[in-house]
Amino acid sequence: MVILFGVRRFLRERFSLMDKIYENLSWLLPAPADFAAQCHSLLELGEDLGTRLQQLASYSLDDNELHRLAKVIGKARTANYSFAPLTPFRLGLLSNATVDFIVPALVASAARYGVALECIAGNYNQVMQMALTPDSVINAAHCDAVLVALDYRGLPLRSTPGNFDEARATVQAAFGHLETIRAGLKNKGNTICILQTVASPAEYLFGSLDRALLGTINNVIEEVNRGIVQGLAGTQDVLLDVARLAETVGLGEWHSPSEWNLAKLPFANAFVALYADHVARIIAALLGKTRRCLILDLDNTLWGGVIGDDGLGGIQIAQGDATGEAYLSVQRFVLDLRERGILLAVCSKNQDDVARLPFQKHPEMLLRENHFAIFQANWNDKATNIKAIANELALGLDSMVFLDDNPVERGLVRQLLPQVAVPELPNDPALYVRTLSAAGYFESVDFGNDDLKRAEFYQDNARRVILRNEVGDIQEYLASLKMEITFQPFDDNGISRIAQLINKSNQFNLTTRRYTEAEVRALWHDPRCFTLQVRLSDIFGDNGMISVVVCRQLSNSQWDIDTWLMSCRVLGRRVEDMVLKHLIEHASLRGIRKLVGIYRPTSRNQLVERHYAKLGFTELNQDSDGNTVWQLEVDRSSVTTPPMVVRSIGFDMVET
Amino acid sequence: MLTEDSTTLEIYEKLTKIFHAVFHDDTIILDADLTAADVEDWDSLTHIRLVLAVQNTFQLKFSAAEIGKLMNVGGLVKLIQSKRPNVLTESVS
Repeated sequence: MVILFGVRRFLRERFSLMDKIYENLSWLLPAPADFAAQCHSLLELGEDLGTRLQQLASYSLDDNELHRLAKVIGKARTANYSFAPLTPFRLGLLSNATVDFIVPALVASAARYGVALECIAGNYNQVMQMALTPDSVINAAHCDAVLVALDYRGLPLRSTPGNFDEARATVQAAFGHLETIRAGLKNKGNTICILQTVASPAEYLFGSLDRALLGTINNVIEEVNRGIVQGLAGTQDVLLDVARLAETVGLGEWHSPSEWNLAKLPFANAFVALYADHVARIIAALLGKTRRCLILDLDNTLWGGVIGDDGLGGIQIAQGDATGEAYLSVQRFVLDLRERGILLAVCSKNQDDVARLPFQKHPEMLLRENHFAIFQANWNDKATNIKAIANELALGLDSMVFLDDNPVERGLVRQLLPQVAVPELPNDPALYVRTLSAAGYFESVDFGNDDLKRAEFYQDNARRVILRNEVGDIQEYLASLKMEITFQPFDDNGISRIAQLINKSNQFNLTTRRYTEAEVRALWHDPRCFTLQVRLSDIFGDNGMISVVVCRQLSNSQWDIDTWLMSCRVLGRRVEDMVLKHLIEHASLRGIRKLVGIYRPTSRNQLVERHYAKLGFTELNQDSDGNTVWQLEVDRSSVTTPPMVVRSIGFDMVET
Repeated sequence: MLTEDSTTLEIYEKLTKIFHAVFHDDTIILDADLTAADVEDWDSLTHIRLVLAVQNTFQLKFSAAEIGKLMNVGGLVKLIQSKRPNVLTESVS
């Protein structure tokens, strides 16, 4: 019983953030277990406070964690620490409701966007007085912006269903109330106002008629919101669309009567983190920190499947298929982003010509090559590629967003390039768009001709950038993956997956020899064959079977490597070095002195042209078809391997 | 079979975590007699934070009246138990 609870609790914790995309800010990583300790040590370590603060704020933090972080920020401020390179910003906050939980959430969330926020709250429910009095706390503070956080209870709204004149008077009064506050703040405080739209209460008076009938609260609020938006046009003031935010999570969830009654909380405290993040985005946009470029992985991010293995006909990107539809929606959204001036780039582990194929030839693709400023498809690590993309576009890394379905790639980029925004993605691609959009990386406060033309300015010629230096310590990241590799000979359990890999792998495939399942069984049972199936798991989960090797003993002391293939998903982790080491061990035990490998080039496997060279084999010869033969002397070889836990199962011990 | 004592223990464990998170103080030790007077920073606002965190963790809702009657941690534990007699049959997050 206890064990069952443990599993269910583990599963819930593991997947719980993804259940509630908005409430849990699920595009952010969950706070680390030592979050409290990391907060504590922020002040002790002296240098780089600003940068470390931003990194700590970049997790998904609940209201208590935001509060803890805000307290540390407060201490740092009192002690006159420098928050560089964060941009300082002073925000005034006026509300008819309790803001005591909102203020620390704002301060901590702003750090996520590179802002060192000071938040001055007006006195409880004295919005008008604060705005109009020249020496009020808010006006005297000379805020960079004032957030006028009024909810429906803070406006003079009356319910007069069916009475047109009264309804109009109500709307005028509410709007006038806001305008007076706004004018007061600008005259006395000379500041920007952030105005909120009003979230309609969840309760109906009639039902559907509430929306249609003049004078109902719902109808009045809709008119007030329209007026707020119109009133902002042509001014410096900006909009925070709380009405939309509340609708997104559900008015019934947003509004909490018990929490209002208990402590005059304007909305359910569960949404403080979300609200604060939205305010922080507006501030970041005001400061010009909106991100400008979306870098995209290809396989299983823009289409289902792997282009290098599945080919044009095999990738999923079509109407009428659930998975294909999901990826179409991703492409549609990406295209919409481009239309509003966000730059696009590709960063994929693929052969360049193979990666471009769907954009050039697939009829259902919405994205084409000329939608991209840069197109990086190669076998180098993504951090180095992203740095090169940023340099080429003359944009900072803090302008970049990177979308990739693979948690290992996401982890690498987060670790080596922490200023790049890398959203966590759910397993289901149908939710990629929602998650990316919910993250709000591209929030803006205005939009004009410059934005429309930006994409053209960067010349979408999908060009390639030559890589120079490698970025950062990738080996350290690989070690942190705690990889476990398992070697086994062919067996009944693995036979169908082995046959599948043999017949499907195109890229990391040295000889591209295809065998039927019957032929695979024959290899397994052939006493002159040594067979290997390789599995890999890491902290993100089990990758399953990722490599297959078949060696034939054609002469007494030599193994010919008939088949060596690997899944491209685990490229760059030096799995091939581990495999070679294992082969050598077994070869040694069996008195084999030479390993001979062949590379047979195809249009798809250019990737492994230098595979044997990299592993220390010597090239013996090359024929007219481009096939190359390589040799390794078992006794004279030395293979360095990355740190990995190795398990070896099912091999008979051989007597030499 | 988990006994009633173990249930109480589990509640105290969870509450301890909550108190540490809300008060930013990992040294707080809970007992039934602990009141607001005993903990620095336990004011009306932190009280609200506590109540909200307890509701969230135990997936319960308290009425204003129930909250108003709370005098000490022991009372809080009793309140939680009264709403969840079969804590064992469901996993609490």
